[in-house]
Amino acid sequence: MSDDEATGAAPSRAHLLEMRGIEKRFPGIIALQDVSFEVSAGEVHCLLGQNGAGKSTLIKVLAGAHRPNEGQILLDGKEVGFSSPDDAIKAGIGTMYQELDLVETLTVAENIFLGHEKSRGGFSSRRAEQLEAARLLAGLGHPEISPDMEVGSLSAAGQQIVSMARALSREVRLIIMDEPSAVLDSEEVRNLFDTVRRLTAGGVAVIYISHRLEEIRVIGDRITVLKDGRAVASNLPVSETPNVELIKLMTGRSITNVFPPVAAVAPDAAEVLSVTDLVVAPGHEPISFSVRAGEVLGLAGLVGSGRSEILGAIYGTTKPVSGAVGIDGRKLRPGSTVSAVNAGMGLCPEERKSQALLLDDTLVANFTLASIGRYATAGFTSGKREYQASMEQVRKLELRPADPAREARTLSGGNQQKVVLGRWLSHGCRVLLLDEPSRGVDVGARSEIYNLIAGLSRAGIAIVVVSSELEEVLGLCHEVLVVSENRIVHRAPAGELSEHQILDLVMEGTTL
Amino acid sequence: MSTSAETELKTAPSPPRRRSAMKWLLDAGLRRNMGLILALVLLAVLGTVTAGDRFADSNNVMTIVRLAAVTGVVSIGATFVITIAGIDLSVGAILALSAVWATTLSGQAFADSTSWIFMALTAMGVGAAAGLVNGILIAYGKVVSFITTLAMMAAARGLAEIISDKKTQIITVDGFLETVGGNLFGVPVIVLVFVFVAVGGWVLLNRTTFGRRTFAIGGNPEAARLAGIKVERHTMAIYALAGLCAGIGAFMLMARTTTGSATHGTGLELDVIAAVVIGGTLLTGGRGSIFGTVLGVLIFSTLTNIFTLNNLSLSVQLVAKGAIIVIAVLIQRQLAARQSRT
Repeated sequence: MSDDEATGAAPSRAHLLEMRGIEKRFPGIIALQDVSFEVSAGEVHCLLGQNGAGKSTLIKVLAGAHRPNEGQILLDGKEVGFSSPDDAIKAGIGTMYQELDLVETLTVAENIFLGHEKSRGGFSSRRAEQLEAARLLAGLGHPEISPDMEVGSLSAAGQQIVSMARALSREVRLIIMDEPSAVLDSEEVRNLFDTVRRLTAGGVAVIYISHRLEEIRVIGDRITVLKDGRAVASNLPVSETPNVELIKLMTGRSITNVFPPVAAVAPDAAEVLSVTDLVVAPGHEPISFSVRAGEVLGLAGLVGSGRSEILGAIYGTTKPVSGAVGIDGRKLRPGSTVSAVNAGMGLCPEERKSQALLLDDTLVANFTLASIGRYATAGFTSGKREYQASMEQVRKLELRPADPAREARTLSGGNQQKVVLGRWLSHGCRVLLLDEPSRGVDVGARSEIYNLIAGLSRAGIAIVVVSSELEEVLGLCHEVLVVSENRIVHRAPAGELSEHQILDLVMEGTTL
Repeated sequence: MSTSAETELKTAPSPPRRRSAMKWLLDAGLRRNMGLILALVLLAVLGTVTAGDRFADSNNVMTIVRLAAVTGVVSIGATFVITIAGIDLSVGAILALSAVWATTLSGQAFADSTSWIFMALTAMGVGAAAGLVNGILIAYGKVVSFITTLAMMAAARGLAEIISDKKTQIITVDGFLETVGGNLFGVPVIVLVFVFVAVGGWVLLNRTTFGRRTFAIGGNPEAARLAGIKVERHTMAIYALAGLCAGIGAFMLMARTTTGSATHGTGLELDVIAAVVIGGTLLTGGRGSIFGTVLGVLIFSTLTNIFTLNNLSLSVQLVAKGAIIVIAVLIQRQLAARQSRT
């Protein structure tokens, strides 16, 4: 196989794959809308976008795991309709998913050949699989990974290599790589690039997903940028597109959001949240800041800069190495969410559906989850009081439809986010941590969320916002901390910063 | 191709070694099941001390295995189900339905005039069909396995009562009683069936594509789906297999009791789940051991034997059984934690 590829004919520039007007809807959200781009044989086509921009959904559509609601996929100019991953695999599309595609309890060789096991009359041929697996791993520069090791015992980087070997174990014409470098060190990334070059020289097309711009410069031919489920730019030649342009496309405004005016914090407002010398993980610099009542503090930075980890350490989902978090001057127990919630802290996490909502439960149950004790007498809950309190929240939050008995799953992303906010409002919290508050919220519904946040600030709640959308940080916050490589590289009032300045700071601090 | 692969392998620091099948079996089988083997040895010592020669007699050992045979066969099927993180509560009821269906008057008359083998085939067919219904509902109807098999447990038992009119059906087919109820090479045939099913189950789970995919579906169903495996079809087949094992258990129990009855296999599902779980198969899926299941069944059967020989009541036996389940699972978790540390 490798011999043919090395001496293969010059890659032809015919379109191997074309996506036309792809749309994918999930209950309550449009994940992809009118996405079009094309990939030629022998090309490395990069997909760029923030978390939640729709990259993963797009990959799954291509890999046959999701069926698009609209649009066409053309392979060699002929329309194909994949009804299962099996169809896509048979058509020569190999996919390296970010994490879900390995079975940790199986061995390396078993994972590589999963779905196309080597066998004779139904009996698996272990020996043949192990030889072939060892050959593939050695070809990727990792002969130290033994084919009979259990995948769960490998490091994240090792698992990524196995995933790669797996994609290569079949005849492929197109390989989709979802952030393959995220867990690799620079030496391993070089190996990865060598492999990509060998593949493309043999006419294989690669769709490469990453948010590391420097990598895209090194390996990419063309770029398609996704934002909010739309392709904001398709098929841009890498060599003619500067980084600033790309970051602007990724983080810039898609439609003009209207931000409510930011009310000044009262000069005598008391300090509510204090973070003192907090070391989030071993080797990180200590972080200190404080937030006053009614103040909105923004943490700006790219994905992977360490923003969410800081929030996690404050809320207690992870235990910090050292340092203290206090509310109203009282120290919280480190690494205890119970202590944080009891002291009046609330978190609206990035992954709303998996980390915050009881999707199959009613809005009532979702609202009162953190404060159920308040609606109970001697341990017995009062459905009536719960319902009344929830009805009040529904009115305050202007939820649509205004029915507390509905299941959370049936709501749109924006209304779901309101429900999570409402939970902490029912609880009567003093500090609210918001991780990507507009993620998965339809662009049109965002201003409602922004108005809510401004209202909470006026009501005297101390708020910390983490966001990848620079205009959001600037439009909502009083004060902004720029985070890069797990450090706070800059601190300034939002009024004194521009999107450009933040971009420069982020780029400067990032060793891409 | 093999030469180039060999040369490349030499550069690899840890090439896969070819190990003899026997050595591998002993290696993996014994090490992973050390706790269970130890427990069985301890029970043997306990039996010898309390009951002396009555326990350590080759006839008594055969009695223990014979007692274990029906539960054992059904447990092999259940090992597959639990490996894909499912559960089958209906095996006892399916066994009863299969036994009753195979011993109706007309069925026996037919078997008498042709061959006794049709009684065994009927039992297996009914079991597999009931299992298939479970499988279709779980895989394609997306009803959780607990509920589906709970419903089957009630319905199959009820149907067995309707067919038999709640009467015990005496088996009069001599061919059946003599063959399945008899000995072959001095070993009871039902013990041979148990050995055959256990070995077959081991090969299927550990040496075939089917088994590999079973582990994959249990370990990470989404990964299995993305790898192009037909998860629904495979899931359906596994429940059908569990039903088939219950059908095999049915004709074994028919031979042992010389009857077919709607009360056969009452409570069997819990013994089966207990044996599979103490055998090291995880309820969360992805890991399953046929060898462990066989040891689990033998441990319970030995325990029953010791209690019977010492004239202890069934109630005491139940308490001991409960304790063993908890202790075995706790020890396994300890061992697993130690393994992941090293």
